[in-house]
Amino acid sequence: MENITQAITLVPINHYILFSTIIFIIGIIGVLTRRNAIIVFMSIELMLNAVNLLLAAFSAYRGDASGQIFVFFIMAVAAAEVAVGLAIIVMTYRNTNSIDINFLNKLKN
Amino acid sequence: MTSIIIITITAIVVLYLGLYKAQKALLPVSILGLLASGATAFMAWGSELSYFNDMIVFNNYAIAFTILLVVTTILIFLLSRDYFEHISSNVAEYYAILLFALAGGVVMVSFQNLSMLFIGIEILSVSMYIMAGIKRRNIASNEAALKYFLLGAFSTGFLLFGIALVYGATGSFNIDQIAAHASENPLLFNVGLTLMLIAMAFKVGVAPLHFWTPDVYQGTPTLVTTFMSTVVKTAGFAAFLRLFTVAFGASSHVWMVTVSVMVVLTLFIGNVTAAFQSNQKRLLAYSSISHAGYMLIAILALGGASANSILIYSIAYSIASVAAFGVMILVKQQRGSDDITAFNGLAKNNPALALIMTIAMCSLAGIPLTAGFFGKFFIFGTAISAHYTWLVAIAVLMAAVGIYYYFKVIIAMYLRKGEEGNIIQVSTHYQFVLAFCALVTILLGVLPGLITNLL
Repeated sequence: MENITQAITLVPINHYILFSTIIFIIGIIGVLTRRNAIIVFMSIELMLNAVNLLLAAFSAYRGDASGQIFVFFIMAVAAAEVAVGLAIIVMTYRNTNSIDINFLNKLKN
Repeated sequence: MTSIIIITITAIVVLYLGLYKAQKALLPVSILGLLASGATAFMAWGSELSYFNDMIVFNNYAIAFTILLVVTTILIFLLSRDYFEHISSNVAEYYAILLFALAGGVVMVSFQNLSMLFIGIEILSVSMYIMAGIKRRNIASNEAALKYFLLGAFSTGFLLFGIALVYGATGSFNIDQIAAHASENPLLFNVGLTLMLIAMAFKVGVAPLHFWTPDVYQGTPTLVTTFMSTVVKTAGFAAFLRLFTVAFGASSHVWMVTVSVMVVLTLFIGNVTAAFQSNQKRLLAYSSISHAGYMLIAILALGGASANSILIYSIAYSIASVAAFGVMILVKQQRGSDDITAFNGLAKNNPALALIMTIAMCSLAGIPLTAGFFGKFFIFGTAISAHYTWLVAIAVLMAAVGIYYYFKVIIAMYLRKGEEGNIIQVSTHYQFVLAFCALVTILLGVLPGLITNLL
């Protein structure tokens, strides 16, 4: 464990911040441009994983374990969210035979 | 803390009751559990207890909002008798999920550590994703659930990235520690703060991030919409205020301008769009956006009185909303529509219902002698003492627009002709809840001193 923390600190922290930000923005672009609910969902997971990486890096740099604990929280909650989200997508698919989010416009007046 | 434990245990017990087909016991057991949790919260009044190494701190602020959330949930549960049975035969899950959502809300109002804020928001949101989609065959309900889920998860991403950056800047998740180390790394801290602001604004439905609210509120079954627009919104604002008072209070220069733009946009979009709605449910959705705008004023004018004015406003708003949605459910059940035209002639057939709806609408509009008036009064007072006179001028103007669309319903009930003899039967549960809401609204409108100095 000690070695891993040291290995993480070999790369300057700014690189981690930049890298996570880039992954996070790729996620945002994915959510905003893709029409397939599953791909949108994957993009959201990408955003969460960018956060996980950033938290782990900060945690290693500060020598404070709470950041890594937070990563566990995020993983656990994301898993719960995946379970509910996929169920909702399946439910929608059964009724409309499509997972295209363009179908989400029936409620506008 | 005991409240959270009792609520969670009640939820699990309710799940088991569902397993053993004890349908009749679901409602009484849930209500008893909620009463017990409300009572334990009330007993702890005046103490400040911190749990799990400062993860959660139960002070008066947390206790007051906990009691409000629990009471609102009890009222909504009383309205739910026979409501879920129409949707599915497995109703135990719905009660359990709503109870879990409430537990998430209580975590949100009492958090001291950002991990608890995140967990609370997620418990509440994930439960609400499920509840939005409980009408499985109904495409509108499907759409609401999918939309709520995708946008909610998206905003969670922002919240987490913000938390990560704030953690990087300050080295802690504890909101007191964050405030103490706020100036160490301004760039990371300010970007993190802004991302968290975006996420919180999204969760409470503040413009320009409000666009999901009308669609989700309309597609969701009405009773769940009631829960969303009262419990979820109150918990969201309590968490928002707690976060921004304690953690980001000292760096208010960073978010002041953004939040004031949000307030103006929210008030304008919420009120003006609501005036053009012909569907009552959608009207209430837009009106809930505008109420978010009023509550945001108290966060903008951060000060000692903010907590109390948000509490008063939430109480007035929650109680009046429960009454308005309750009447709407009855009208929808009887007349099959939730358009404003469905309310035509209600005063002739059901004078009591029309009166309660009128009281609720007056309270939402902020007419004197109702609780809503004092909600707005204290919010505006807080804003004026923080020198936001121009903002109060805009808010009062928008409140006048609000009176227009709330009175559309009242006019439909009293002046328009409806079908003769189309009398709505009101069960005792509904009678109790509606009468209670109307009485509390009037009581707090006449004697606001009961709640003005709580916090």
